[in-house]
Amino acid sequence: MSFGPRPWLQQHWDWRAACNFMFGGCGAGLVVAAALLDGPHALAALGAGLALVAAGLGAVWLEIGRKLRAVHVFFNPFTSWMTRESFVAVLLFALGIAALATGAPWLRYAAAAAAAAFVFCQGRILHAAKGIPAWRQREVVPLIVATGLAEGATAALVFELAVAPLALAGLALVARALAWMRYRAALEGTSALAALAPAGRALVPLGTVAPLALLAFAFVMPESAWLAAAAAIAAGWRFKFALITRAAFNQGFALPKVPVRGARTQGGKP
Amino acid sequence: MTRWVMVADLRRCVGCQTCTAACKHANATPPGVQWRRVLDMEVGEYPDVRRVFVPVGCMHCADPPCMHVCPSTATRKRPDGIVTIDYDLCIGCAYCAVACPYQARYKTDEPTFAYGEPMASEAKRFDPRRLGVATKCTFCADRVDAGLAKGLKPGVDPEATPACVNSCIAQALHFGDLDDPASNVSQLLAENHFFRMHEELGTEPGFYYLWDRKEAGT
Repeated sequence: MSFGPRPWLQQHWDWRAACNFMFGGCGAGLVVAAALLDGPHALAALGAGLALVAAGLGAVWLEIGRKLRAVHVFFNPFTSWMTRESFVAVLLFALGIAALATGAPWLRYAAAAAAAAFVFCQGRILHAAKGIPAWRQREVVPLIVATGLAEGATAALVFELAVAPLALAGLALVARALAWMRYRAALEGTSALAALAPAGRALVPLGTVAPLALLAFAFVMPESAWLAAAAAIAAGWRFKFALITRAAFNQGFALPKVPVRGARTQGGKP
Repeated sequence: MTRWVMVADLRRCVGCQTCTAACKHANATPPGVQWRRVLDMEVGEYPDVRRVFVPVGCMHCADPPCMHVCPSTATRKRPDGIVTIDYDLCIGCAYCAVACPYQARYKTDEPTFAYGEPMASEAKRFDPRRLGVATKCTFCADRVDAGLAKGLKPGVDPEATPACVNSCIAQALHFGDLDDPASNVSQLLAENHFFRMHEELGTEPGFYYLWDRKEAGT
């Protein structure tokens, strides 16, 4: 067993990066759900979703060291999920703004597809960060996608209470809870899970059970949709903030063998 | 082909940090930035506890995750295996820093000097291109390239060898061409047991740690 420098919390990505996952994921989910709404409600939800994605990208722009070179982010689509996210964001805004300008439903559907790709890229960005064990788990990808959809779909109900977005919200909330359980099992016994525990525990009662219960009454008491959205978003944002800023421990260093010096009695066993 | 690698003999390293100081001197890194660090690790369980000194830094991986995630293509791998950063391309997003399993990358947003105001030597060697971008060990690629241009052999001739290797008082650090079976590093790896840090991640680091000699016939 090695007692070397223990893992420590990464300091490179802070609240600004977390905001990209919080706002960007929720905004993308809202754009997806907007495809299920009708008329002016759909356009309002689409506009709000695009604004959230823009806020997230703006926050992460504040974090980069060379802000005037931000365009260089587009240089590596071959292997970098950050570049791919950027390209998808451009496509998302082009389609979304065109949909807002023309009101054409097919543009909303196309924007929804781009938004789904955007939130998928966010999951892959974390998965590709090999230096952070809590992020590189493959289970993080469905969790990031599900929480973005759950937040966005419940938020869409604030704009219009309809059966299709309600069904999407219900499914996404359940999917998020299941994804969290899988992810939690993958992190069992790590310091990252201890750091995530308070936010993770809230994902099920506050982020899943409470919104589902409130949505059951949404058609008889429309105000409950607001409360459901607030609960789903608060739980999701709190979780993602903790994931980026509290659970992002690196791996530290470990010695599989120790040097054999002098008498050769240890056999190199640590 | 050539594959430059470093070998650290853990039996020899005494943790003097001369390599760290030599690296800072050679590369003019600011306070808090140590491209070559030496960890002081306690290993084992009471009463069988030992101290091990472990030089770390950029491992110049054959499959570097930092390069794959870099959105700007600032991080690249040369044909000889040295992983480089183009300071003029890097946007300072620090994605590479969180992708590196060896905590080898640094980002300094503000100029920092040992005593607040820059000393004459610090002012002379200050490089504004390094602000707001990722930096890390270069395997002293400029020394290697300049030495090769003069017909010198990196790892053998000090002028063509990384500063940390030159400075090592215990000859614990070695540098050479892994693809040359007659090189110093190939010989060391053939004669000793070794491991690489976090090998399970599949990054194929170019930094080898010797921990015991091979017995005849093993």
